[in-house]
Parts: sequence; C-alpha cells; structure tokens
Amino acid sequence: MKKEDIEKIEEQMKLANEGLPEKERQLFSDARPTSVPPLNKYLEKFLNWGRAQSLWFLGFGTGCGAVELRPLMTSRFDISRYGIAGRPTPRQSGVFIIGGYASMKTVKRIVRSYEQMQGPKFVIALGSCTINGGMYYDSYNTINRIDHYIPVDVYIAGCMPRPEAIIAGFNKLKEKIKTGKADGMNKYAENFDWYKKNQKQIIKDWNMPDFNW
Amino acid sequence: MIKNSESKYTNFIADRSKYPKMENGKAVIDLESHKYTKLWQGPQHPGVTGNMAVEITVNGDEIIKAKTHVGYLHRGFEKLLERRTYIQGFTIVNRICVPEPDTNEYCYSTAVEDLAGIEIPEKAKWLRTLNLEMSRIASFLMWIGGQAGSLGMGTISQWTVGMRDFWLDLFEEMAGGRIYHMYMIPGGVRKNLPAGFTEKAKDLVIKTRNLLYDVERTFFNNAIIKSRLKGLGIITPEMVDEYGIVGPNARASGKPYDVRMNNPYAKYDELDIKMLTSTVGDAYARAELRYKEMHQSLDLISQILDRIPKTGEIHAKLPNVLHWKIPAGQTYVKAESTRGEHGFFVVSDGSKFPRRVYNRGASYTHAISVLEKLAENISISDLAGLMVSLHTCPPEIER
Amino acid sequence: MEQLLNRIKDKIEIESLKKRDDLYFINVKEEHIIFLLSYLKEHEGFTHLAFLQAVDFQEYNLFQLTYMLYNYNIKVNLGIKVMIDREKAEMVSIHKLWNHAWQYQRELHELFGINFPNSPNVNESFVLEGWEDIPPMRRDFDTLKYSSETFYQRPGRSTNDPKEYMREKLYKNFVEPPKIRKEND
Repeated sequence: MKKEDIEKIEEQMKLANEGLPEKERQLFSDARPTSVPPLNKYLEKFLNWGRAQSLWFLGFGTGCGAVELRPLMTSRFDISRYGIAGRPTPRQSGVFIIGGYASMKTVKRIVRSYEQMQGPKFVIALGSCTINGGMYYDSYNTINRIDHYIPVDVYIAGCMPRPEAIIAGFNKLKEKIKTGKADGMNKYAENFDWYKKNQKQIIKDWNMPDFNW
Repeated sequence: MIKNSESKYTNFIADRSKYPKMENGKAVIDLESHKYTKLWQGPQHPGVTGNMAVEITVNGDEIIKAKTHVGYLHRGFEKLLERRTYIQGFTIVNRICVPEPDTNEYCYSTAVEDLAGIEIPEKAKWLRTLNLEMSRIASFLMWIGGQAGSLGMGTISQWTVGMRDFWLDLFEEMAGGRIYHMYMIPGGVRKNLPAGFTEKAKDLVIKTRNLLYDVERTFFNNAIIKSRLKGLGIITPEMVDEYGIVGPNARASGKPYDVRMNNPYAKYDELDIKMLTSTVGDAYARAELRYKEMHQSLDLISQILDRIPKTGEIHAKLPNVLHWKIPAGQTYVKAESTRGEHGFFVVSDGSKFPRRVYNRGASYTHAISVLEKLAENISISDLAGLMVSLHTCPPEIER
Repeated sequence: MEQLLNRIKDKIEIESLKKRDDLYFINVKEEHIIFLLSYLKEHEGFTHLAFLQAVDFQEYNLFQLTYMLYNYNIKVNLGIKVMIDREKAEMVSIHKLWNHAWQYQRELHELFGINFPNSPNVNESFVLEGWEDIPPMRRDFDTLKYSSETFYQRPGRSTNDPKEYMREKLYKNFVEPPKIRKEND
C-alpha cells in the first residue's frame, strides 16, 4: 500500500462520526454506504415487481401533509388495497413520506430516520414547501429544497395534496420502481459527501453519527 | 388461612429503595446507578398529537420525570406575517393549526376588522359561526379517533376519521378547500353557501349523531377504556389557574370558562347554548365532556342552518387591499377552539404591514407544563393516552 | 371596571385605555409590574394569565411586554403593557405567580433576546436548535436574506407587482383615469 493511500484512509477514518464523543463512536458503524448495481436483467425485473407491491411507509408526519395520510387509511380511500401501509419504525419501512415543510430541527431527524431505513428505500415529498419552499420560502427555519439533503423519488405538488393526489403519487412511484428508475438510494450513496456537506451546512450542532446504520 | 393471607396483603410495603430520593419535592435522578432509563417518545407522530417529543425517565415502566421538546414544526409565522400585507396574511394564518384552521382565520380577520373599524354584514357573521362549528366537529372527530387509537382501539378511529371526511367534503363545497379553507377574510366571508348545502349538512348531522351513539356504546362503555382512563391525569381546580388551563380540560375540572358564552362573538349570543362542565377532572371526564360537546356542536349546526338568512351581503366594502393601511393600535381577539381559548394579539403601527401578530394557542401550556406535571408517576403505556386526552396540537405551540 | 382602574390609580401611576367592553389596556412602569400583577391576581380576581409577549419597537429602541390577564367573574381581558429598554433587555421573572409563565419567558429569551434572571430553564432551547444568528423575532433580523443565504433556492420563483400584473393580464385596454384626488398611498 502506498503512503498516500494510507493517509487517505486515515483521513476517512477521522471524518467518520466526528460529531460524537469518543466513548460513543464505537457504537456506530463507520462504513460508508455503497451503491447497489442492478442484478441480472430478468431477476431484477422480478425483484422490482415485488418491491412495487408492498410499499410500507414510515409514519413520521414531518409537517401538515401528515393530516391527509390519516384519511388515506380509512374506508373511503383505503390505501391498503394498493399494498401500502404505515409502519411505526424506520427499520420496518421502505418509503419515507416527507409530509411538507421541514424545519431545521426536523431535518436532523429526517436524515437520521432515512439512514436507518433498510434498502431498497424510496422517498416521496408532499407539498409545495418541499419542492421550493412554497409559502415558507422566506422563513428562517424551514428549508427550501428537500432534495439537497436527501434524495427524492416522487414529488406531489399542492398545499396540501389531496388524498387522490397522494394515491396518484404512489402509483407513479410504483411505475418508477417497476422500470428500475427509482434509484434514490444509489444516488445517495454515490453523492454521499455532497449530501453530508449540505446537511452539515444547516445543522449547526452536529452531534449525531455520520453513518446511521 | 384466609385471614392470614389478608393480613399479609395489607401489611405489604412497597420497596421504596427503587424509587428516587426526593429533595425539595423533586426527584434526584442518578442515571449512572442503572436504576433509571431515559427514553424518547416522538418526535415521530405518536398518534394524532403531532410532532413533539417527550423525553421521559423511567424506572421499570413508571415515569419518574417527563420533559417536552417542541420546535419540530416551527415555521416562524409571526416573522413571516410581519413581511406580508394584511390581505396576504390571511392565506398563511390558517396554516398555523392543521386540524382546525378556521379559528385562526376567524381571530385574524376579526382582529384586523377591530383595528380598522369595519363592521361586517349580518349574514357573514352567521356563515362564520357555521364554519367555526363545523371545524369544531371535524377536529373533535379526529380527536376521539386518536384517543381510542392511543389505547389500542383502532376501530373508532376508522369510523370517526372516515366520518370527518364527509365534513371535509362540506367544507370543500363551502370554501373550495379540504383542509385549509381560507373562508373568512377580513371584511366577511369569501363565498355564499352553494345550492343544496343546507340539506346535505342536515343529513350529515343525523349521520354523525348515529355514529356518535355507536361510539358511545363501544368507547364509553368499554371496560378497558374505563379502567385505563379513569383516574388518569387528574387536573385539580387549583391547577386550572396556576397553569392557565383552558377549554375542555378546564371545564372538566369544574371551571366554567368557554369563550363562546363568557365573551360571545360572531352569533353565539343569539344561539341556544349551554355551558357543559364536569367536576371529576380525569381523562375519562374530559373524554365524556368532549363527547357531549360534539353533540352540542351538532345541535348548534342545525340551529344555525335553520336561522341563517337567505339573502344579504356577505362581505363589507374594503378599501383597495393592495395599499390597505390600518390605523395604529393594539387588540386581542379570542375564540373557542376545540382545545380552548385561541387568541390573536395584533399590533399595528399604521403601515401596510402588521407590526406584530401573536397567536396564543391553548396547547402552549397543556403540552408543556401540564403534561410534564401529569406524566409523573404514571405508567409508560398510559402516556400516549394522556397526551391525547389533553388534546395538544404542537403547531400552535411553536407556530 | 372603571372602579377597579380607579383603585389601581390610587396606588400607582397608570394610563388606561378602553378598547372594547371586554378588553382594556393599561400602561405601567417597569418597577411596578410585580406589585400590579400580584395585586390583580390576589385581590381583583385576574387569575388567568393568557399570554406574555413582546413587541419590538426598534425605532424607539424599546420592547413592549404585554401581560394579558383574564377575570372569570367580570369576564374582562386586561392587557398590561410595559416598555423596557431594547439594548439591555431584562425583566423581572414572574414564574412564582404562575406556573406556566416560565414557558413564555423561555420563548422571549430565545426569540427576542430578553433576559429573565432566575426564571427556570430560561437558557434552554425552545424551538431553535444550534441558532447562531441574532434572535430571529427582532426587527433587524432579515428572514428573507437569511433564508436565501442559507438554503438552496430552486430557480423559477418570480414575483410580480400585483398592479402591473393585473393590468397586463386582465385589463389590457385599460386607460388610467386622470388623477383627481390622492387617497390611499
């Protein structure tokens, strides 16, 4: 091994989880995420079909959009007929719904929850405020573009989006998954440093691990 | 033999060694001793209480200390309103509270009218009252679903949240929006009632009544619900003043304070309405009181629908709103939301933009001081039920 | 209510203003506030503290603190206004009178930078986390500038002057009438 390479590795090791105290660092992983290339063409197609059929979303209503998720689960819209259901923890869920504006305090929790989710994982962003800030474009506490902090697969516009629009958004996501275009997770792994830089820019007191898995 | 075991039972003394030492009425918690664990409930949506986190210290499953953390929904509304003209402001105030936006609209537009000295037409007042009552019933239907869901009874929330959807449909016909209505604007209301609205609303009132009787049978007569809610989170009459508790939480403890009757606004002084109170003050009494208030709201809606004038102006004439300057002054306007007194304190300095708009939400004290006090010494599994029984709405805490 | 105001006037110097039948405002000096609040709470039945908030009057270099009280018996809201210095913003804490007053004081400390000595938890963060700028609710904090500097903007957002825009889109053939008198603006 060259000396430069060793230095590079040491540099990476130093960067990992630097926000944590020394005692807690060993509790968390220091391995960077890796992008997962598609498998054999037909097998991948089959897997994608399977992934599209059961989308379990994380019940983290980050904003007002969450109020429309509740009617979705009742008899009128009945989202479970599409194989979609809410789950309480990030470890069990595959879809992250950003329910509207994300305040700075929430971004930290969003990043942490997103990283704890197991792949393959997808992100749906509800509402205009996740696209360009919407009504809160000039607010000091809400971010304007969520896609600079975590990768987004489907946007649903509106303030707030109607339940029908959310169902349409889920169908769009299914289409994307079936054609293999929903690769937000790989994007996150490939541009990991860029995402981390953006996140650290706005989260001033970074006291959580860099790799939450 | 029986006598023996009885005496054994009565002589039982709890092992106090596992509880924390008390000093000056506060528990001294030593986390290093491995007797206590720190847990976080939230900030993921724990039911319908919204995004707020409760940091709890537990011993076994008993909560020793609770601390509320808010700020996950802070958008800086009060700062944003300083940058918007008075007429631009009304599109944004209703976003302060999601399940019940109309109280915000009402308070904001009344405050602006109060400062500008505008008298609104009679019919607009009736329409505002109708809108406010409809939003109350929609919010209560969501709440009772949450209360049942937090104790593990999912059926009720399926029924009531499903029923709430029909109320949202009515809102859509009335104002054009499902969740955010933007119906009451300074000077009156935005639209007249559409054709056939009265019949639909009356029909829905009957449907909701029928649903509520089902809810009563399954929820209020359920042994598990009774045993879990009775005695949980008792608010004493002394606490009401000490902590500034308002709304159903205060009324369940015997404080007759309802803004609709104490300081009647809109058309509440002409309606047949009675103050509902209870004296027990626990979570079950609060649930029962809210259930009665749902019936009261339905009753008021039928009254309003009968008495609403058929013709008349719905909007007072305003000056050019693009350059609308409001005379300098300060005012405080309040209304009764489902959670209690909801108020707007508006300060104008004579320019196009308000100097300060402050929104006082009832949850501000309920979710922080009161919850922290009531959560002590209850079981960890009852915390969600307690949070919902206080009916907190975090967006109005942090705005 | 008039009698009550007279009773207070006998004791300390105040200015009163009637806004509505159920809303009065009084202005008091900073040093009388604790006396007035405890007097109103203990003897006059103003037992409910609805809120405590600040208004920034930057041009006069003052903060206005408003204590909104409510009396259940006579059903009147009474707003007590106090002016304090903006540079050295400091106020006596009232957490001993009401158990929830510390919440408002914590909020004011964070959002306005007003200090309340001895108030419990006053230095804890309330809604902001890791905030480094000046307190955001002060008038000299520009939220649009902060937002555009800190967050990434998506291109495409544009603003229109409503007058120009309406004339362009809706009233193309509109001819401006001759100005007779100048009213609003």
